[in-house]
Amino acid sequence: MIELEGVSKIYSRGFIRREQTVAVDNVTLSVKKGESLGLVGESGSGKSTLGRLALRLIEPTSGTVRFDGRDLSCLSRAELRRTRPRMQIVFQDPDTALDPRMTVKDCISEPMKVWRLAMPAEQKERVVGLMDLVGLQPDLIDRYPFELSGGQKQRVALARVLALKPDFIVADEPTAALDLSVQAQILTLIKKIRRSTGLTLLFISHDLQVIGQMSDTVAVMHKGKIVEQGRTRDVLENPNDTYTRHLVEAAYESSAWMGKNR
Amino acid sequence: MTETKDGVAGVQEQPQSPRALLHIAGLKVTFSSRSGPVRAVDRVDLAIREGERIGLIGESGSGKTVTGMAILGLLPVNAKIRGTIRYGDHDLLTAPDRTLQQIRGNEIAMISQNSGNSLNPVMKIGDQVAEPLVIHRICSVPDARREAIRVLSELGFDDPEQAATRYPHEFSGGMRERILIALALICHPRLIIADEPTAGLDAGTKSHILRLIKTQIAHNGTLFLITHDLGAASFLCDRIAVMYAGEVVECGPAKEVLSLPLHPYTQGLIASLPSAGLHPIPGMSPSPASLPRGCRFCERCPAALDRCDCDHPDLFLTECGRQVRCFHYD
Repeated sequence: MIELEGVSKIYSRGFIRREQTVAVDNVTLSVKKGESLGLVGESGSGKSTLGRLALRLIEPTSGTVRFDGRDLSCLSRAELRRTRPRMQIVFQDPDTALDPRMTVKDCISEPMKVWRLAMPAEQKERVVGLMDLVGLQPDLIDRYPFELSGGQKQRVALARVLALKPDFIVADEPTAALDLSVQAQILTLIKKIRRSTGLTLLFISHDLQVIGQMSDTVAVMHKGKIVEQGRTRDVLENPNDTYTRHLVEAAYESSAWMGKNR
Repeated sequence: MTETKDGVAGVQEQPQSPRALLHIAGLKVTFSSRSGPVRAVDRVDLAIREGERIGLIGESGSGKTVTGMAILGLLPVNAKIRGTIRYGDHDLLTAPDRTLQQIRGNEIAMISQNSGNSLNPVMKIGDQVAEPLVIHRICSVPDARREAIRVLSELGFDDPEQAATRYPHEFSGGMRERILIALALICHPRLIIADEPTAGLDAGTKSHILRLIKTQIAHNGTLFLITHDLGAASFLCDRIAVMYAGEVVECGPAKEVLSLPLHPYTQGLIASLPSAGLHPIPGMSPSPASLPRGCRFCERCPAALDRCDCDHPDLFLTECGRQVRCFHYD
């Protein structure tokens, strides 16, 4: 479904003394249709940049990104635009992802209006259906984002994305800003939706335990490079790379107290 | 089992223990808002003994940060505060500003949440870390600066002298968190309140910071850790109090609370961990502006009884000396 080949992203700054930051360094990665790939790494490892590159929200410095076999950078503007609804992103912070002046209804129905997916008369019904799908009470339909909790906001963001019936979603740390019990709710929701729609998912997180629950395969990123890749279970149980091992140990350590009583 | 309506968490467990360093009794914090009073913290009783590490666990809106801020008198003016917070001979809630200023940063220090916003962006690190010593007139400015550099090197700055001349924005989140720890430790406070010291840090940096806090409080220090991170609390604390909707719902030794949680909320919280298989608690916390009459967890509770809906449970003391706010232990 999505293939990245030799993709790099280099940010340059300064005019006289040019400094370069290599955010993503020659990454080759693919996510098969219906699969869920977890991308794990510490902050600054380039995982969010990679997620944006996969959707061509930013231009790669070099390399190609193919979506469904077609090179995204070769598409014309109109073609790229037509591809957009099929690939969507859920951001880390639902507070900044939603327009504060739009009600839940406006926010979820906006993509339908843009893409003329539903007649104005059906829109409300679809919005209610989507709200039900993501577990939002129908009486929240006229609320503004500031009247919602963090978990509810993330559900709205998810409903808005699902309104387009995308094939591929990048979830960029969707629960990093949420509480533990809300995180569990949102993650099980994403799992449920994935099961029912066969969605392809690129799940970005710094939390190996979360990745372990959410993805079939995992890619470990460190300083812009993919240092290890494989089936999630294999990588978590038997890491080859020293950096991965370090991550796995840190993750086990933080939940070591649970092992003792289970 | 006995009711402990007026009891104080932890004190009955070991009556012979040294006197509590900090004694919170009947703390109630209410904010007035347009939609009526918001009960952020409701009748919280907690005693922190010298040398103890206590963790206050809860989710956003449970009132844990408000409790921490109340100790240092940092709540905004629209907060209505009831109860007492005894520290030595002072009641921190009624103490004059001068007394609080002498205690704050000197005897009780805080490692605050969000290192990005807690440091002064236009002040060099060295001066910021040395400032508490200068303000509390503990030593001269040059001595304070030397001490700041010493503390920074202790906290893992490779070149502390050079680091001292830099500004907060030049450091990463993990390094800024270390600077905040240095700031809190520099006066050798008797009590350290750490409010989510590892929020927003990735796993590696987090375990570094937790280890640092652990070694720093190992020799002499009492820790009041406020967190939603069960792993951090189990790593640092001897005792844990779990807060839900403004109340303490469970309190006991850290290992016991985490391995054998009594309150349905604590049980649900632990089951929601990814490593426990992600079993979410249905529903959401009640709004502190419209709290239910009965048990505040009743609506989401898988084990709710008929009386849970209308009666509000007290903090019951179980036979094994733990406290839990649930009718199942009445």
